Amino acid sequence: MSASTDYLLHLADNALVLGQRNAEWCGHGPILEEDIALSNVSLDLIGQARMLYQLVAALKGGDVTEDRLAYFRDSGEFRNYTLLELPHHGPLSGYAHASLDYATTIVRNFLYSALMALLWEALQKSGNAQLVAIAAKSLKEVSYHLRYSRDWLVRLGDGTDESHARAQAALDHLMPYTQEFWAACPAEAAAVAEGVAVDLLTIRDDWNGIVDAALAEATLQRPEIGGYVPEGKNGVHSEHLGFLLAEMQSLARAHPNGNW
Amino acid sequence: MTTSVEEVWAALENLADPEIPVISLRELGILRDVRTGADGLEVVITPTYSGCPAMSQIEDDVRSTLENRGISARVVTQLAPAWTTDWMTEAGKEKLRAYGIAPPHQTPAASNVVRFITKPAKAEAVPCPRCGSSNTLVSSHFGSTACKALYKCLDCQEPFDYFKPY
Repeated sequence: MSASTDYLLHLADNALVLGQRNAEWCGHGPILEEDIALSNVSLDLIGQARMLYQLVAALKGGDVTEDRLAYFRDSGEFRNYTLLELPHHGPLSGYAHASLDYATTIVRNFLYSALMALLWEALQKSGNAQLVAIAAKSLKEVSYHLRYSRDWLVRLGDGTDESHARAQAALDHLMPYTQEFWAACPAEAAAVAEGVAVDLLTIRDDWNGIVDAALAEATLQRPEIGGYVPEGKNGVHSEHLGFLLAEMQSLARAHPNGNW
Repeated sequence: MTTSVEEVWAALENLADPEIPVISLRELGILRDVRTGADGLEVVITPTYSGCPAMSQIEDDVRSTLENRGISARVVTQLAPAWTTDWMTEAGKEKLRAYGIAPPHQTPAASNVVRFITKPAKAEAVPCPRCGSSNTLVSSHFGSTACKALYKCLDCQEPFDYFKPY
């Protein structure tokens, strides 16, 4: 039971954290259509997170609610991929600031959506009937997220010198973080053993296929990856998650048990 | 006096979608069932998109419509089978078109996600709801709501929403 809930939290936290990140474009999109598109993607992701948190809350029982899980856990308890918590720009030193970079947003959404399209499809065979139901809905949504982000990836990569350079830089920055998809995770392994989760290694080749085909069309080079393998799904995060959570959770924490 | 299942259906027959008020919840396929449960009547609704902000409004609308008629029933949200635009009635689709929203195509059988993302354009020639021309262009995969895409007709120049197959 506890292994499955940790795995379900991993899925939920992925959706919530990326939903929160994408929502930073709300009101700031490069054009109105993109502002709306990313806000809609965020709504889907936050909706998926809610269904998963509700499922976890029902499994845990007691006074656990979806709001408690989203707003009253700290970064060490979050199990999302590190990829999803990074800001919308490349690495910076010290206290430097940078404006939101659309290429980073698109590349991140593409890499994650390609994974989730395959994973939600595979989870139709989960032993948990409620997870199967959530996966069936989420698959429909992520198909649109993937098509959207893939189209933009191609447009940016195969676009102007500036858009190509930015897309390539975003890819070089983010691709190493995808190593985490395939890294060991005790909660995932235990959920696989319980028949709730599926082994991600079974979809790795398909993910590579989707990524390579899109990158070829986008005239982008797949970077060599190596080095540190992030462990966000095991609760070890970058410094960025704390700032994201501070913003997302501040209202709920300022007014605990508030109703409206 | 006990309320029958038919009376509940009748009470909800014309309850409109809060976002697209020309179409009813029944025509949209959101209203799935009215049944007698252990604690009395139950109205089964199914969510459209996971994050659709209209869903709580829909639940409230169902409840207050029934309360106004003195009918007591529980509203049950059911995830599976997942809502699909294929459940939309033909009459409902026609109402959408007349309203200016291109109705959804049939979802592809056994849709394969890889094929879906790489070969989207041709299969999805969307006729303009205003002039009927198929010479249309997608301007954004997401329109005013998650369930719609934004298109433009290249013949009559009208921009329009397309209710995406889901």
